[in-house]
Amino acid sequence: MERNEGNMDEIKDREISHDELLHGLRQFTAARIGIGRTGASIPISQSLELKLAHAHARDAVYSELDIDKLSADLKQFELLVLVLHSKAAYREQYLQRPDLGRQLDEASVSTLRYYSHDKTDITIIIADGLSATAVNHNTIGLLKILIPQLQASGFKLAPLCLVKQGRVAIADHIGADLNSRLAIILIGERPGLSSADSMGVYLTYNPKVGLTDESRNCISNIRPHGLTFKMASKKIFYLIQEAFKRKLSGVVLKDNTGLLDS
Amino acid sequence: MSYHHTIGRKTYRFNDLKTLLAKASPHRSGDVLAGIAAESYEERVAAQIALSDVPLKAFLSEAIIPYEHDEITRLIIDNHDITAFNLINSLTVGELRDWLLRDETDTKTLQDLAPGITPEMAAAVSKLMRNQDLIAVAKKCEVVTRFRNTIGLKGHFSTRLQPNHPTDDPKGIAASMIDGLLYGSGDAVIGINPATDSPAEVNNLLLLMDTLRQQFDIPTQSCVLSHVTTTLELVRQGAPVDLCFQSIGGTEKSNSSFGISLALLDQAYEATLSLNRGTVGNNVMYFETGQGSELSANAHHGVDQQTCEARAYAVARKYNPLLVNTVVGFIGPEYLYDGKQIIRAALEDHFCGKLLGLPMGVDICYTNHAEADQDDMDNLLTLLGVAGCNFIMGVPGSDDIMLNYQSTSFHDALYIRNALGLRPAPEFEQWLIKQGILDSNGMLINHTNPRLWNEMKGIWTR
Repeated sequence: MERNEGNMDEIKDREISHDELLHGLRQFTAARIGIGRTGASIPISQSLELKLAHAHARDAVYSELDIDKLSADLKQFELLVLVLHSKAAYREQYLQRPDLGRQLDEASVSTLRYYSHDKTDITIIIADGLSATAVNHNTIGLLKILIPQLQASGFKLAPLCLVKQGRVAIADHIGADLNSRLAIILIGERPGLSSADSMGVYLTYNPKVGLTDESRNCISNIRPHGLTFKMASKKIFYLIQEAFKRKLSGVVLKDNTGLLDS
Repeated sequence: MSYHHTIGRKTYRFNDLKTLLAKASPHRSGDVLAGIAAESYEERVAAQIALSDVPLKAFLSEAIIPYEHDEITRLIIDNHDITAFNLINSLTVGELRDWLLRDETDTKTLQDLAPGITPEMAAAVSKLMRNQDLIAVAKKCEVVTRFRNTIGLKGHFSTRLQPNHPTDDPKGIAASMIDGLLYGSGDAVIGINPATDSPAEVNNLLLLMDTLRQQFDIPTQSCVLSHVTTTLELVRQGAPVDLCFQSIGGTEKSNSSFGISLALLDQAYEATLSLNRGTVGNNVMYFETGQGSELSANAHHGVDQQTCEARAYAVARKYNPLLVNTVVGFIGPEYLYDGKQIIRAALEDHFCGKLLGLPMGVDICYTNHAEADQDDMDNLLTLLGVAGCNFIMGVPGSDDIMLNYQSTSFHDALYIRNALGLRPAPEFEQWLIKQGILDSNGMLINHTNPRLWNEMKGIWTR
């Protein structure tokens, strides 16, 4: 508060406007306080600022996975890349039918059948979720750190799976079909007004169809201005090791990981 | 009992009341997701025509969720007031719609009727009503509640000041609170959604708000929207709890998923009441609801989401709440897809709640993955202002940085008060005038007297 003390003394003996009064409080919160008014309404600059933030969020919801670029960039890991699709045919349906976004379409099921003969440790799935933008921006940065670390520890990785119109639980379906002991999904989170490119990572040990949230661990807000790739990768790697050691994931695992806060 | 209606050569059959209600419901994504919605426009209207002919008495003999299986059904049946019901006991659902709209059916009549209406009757009649009807009848209702001020009087319009912060930072919360108060927000309640439910953290927030309230002698009440078990524990520890909050649903199973039961709510109600902190009244409960919560908890029993929502109001009215808030657009597009569905649902909830005698407010809101924007919220705000809604939220610049959704701003409340000549709760309005925030015409004064500011400065040094 020191910075404002001068201000406060200065205004002690005269009337001040609300804007002036509130401006000093803006350092304490990211909330849109002290934005002024014209009549009863929000002034134009603030009004357009909110509209722009909402526009970014809306564009993110309707953004699409950049399959070509992601496939090209994923080549560096020297793993097979599969392109899959959920049963939600298009975005409007995806938004209204979360059940369809959790299931693979028939073509994808056949594709997976072709690769299911080998047992693997980990399947990494990359899905659009509610912001393909988030996944387009953040996938490679995270995997560049995570995949070499997993490989160095001797984990056998299944083909990388790109999924269009996917929800979190589709990872369990894919992980089970590929005979993996653990499934990780990188997925676009619901865009907020301050961040339209936030990526989440969920992991499930012993993935199978029909599991619910309490069977998964989640690491949220992965993006350059949120949880950095390095930090996120550290947390994910820790959880994977623990999951394999204790042969479980979800609420039970999270409760006993004091290290997660560090 | 089964119901049917024939259009041309096609006869639509509806196996029971629950199915009929679902098929008669205006289209929304949640009922489609649940697989219970009408499959064509014609089927929906056929269901509405069939529903229109159902005698209201049928709702007393055919429970849509069995009496033996659900304590909310038992609450509805056991607390039904037959004397009040006598006003309408000979009517069908369709006749009730016409009766509600009659000039002779005035505020007093509707107040007398409230305990005789069951949630299912309210839901049923609402399905036959256009938005205009929902507004016209709700406007005739008046539900007034009191704690440290008087909320819900005709011609008045209140706001919950919602100063949320992603980490519950006390300075961040206080900053938003001061912003809101200077815009005349906060007469319904100053209510924080906490980021954590730990009793110690919640207690800190309660102390922060109570200190501010006492220092400025603000005639309003505060609330931290923590789980009822947390609040109950804090009441026992002597924390300054004005209102007890809880999210509620319309089935026993949905309430179990919230970790509550009627027995637990009984306890919390009695405990909060015993603190006796109200000055002009003792309505101590604050409930939040929202269509779709039963389906999302897989606890809907095949009942449509709007009927489930109305059943939640039976829970609310058992406890004489100060505030009931339907958080209409928070749940997402798989339940209410777009602005049209959100607006319709909000008007239904407001109407059903008011008809059942509840002090209804609405969180006029949307998420970024819903097909809605500020224009839709402006439309809904204006409609609810006309309908006599008791209160809305007040969030800095509409952007709740903790819950990540858009609600109404402090400015929105000023707009609707100016546009429709509505005023804050009388006691709160007097306080705003005394503090030099409002002038006697109810207009915001642009300059603050230095005394108020200097006093507020004191908050930061504590």
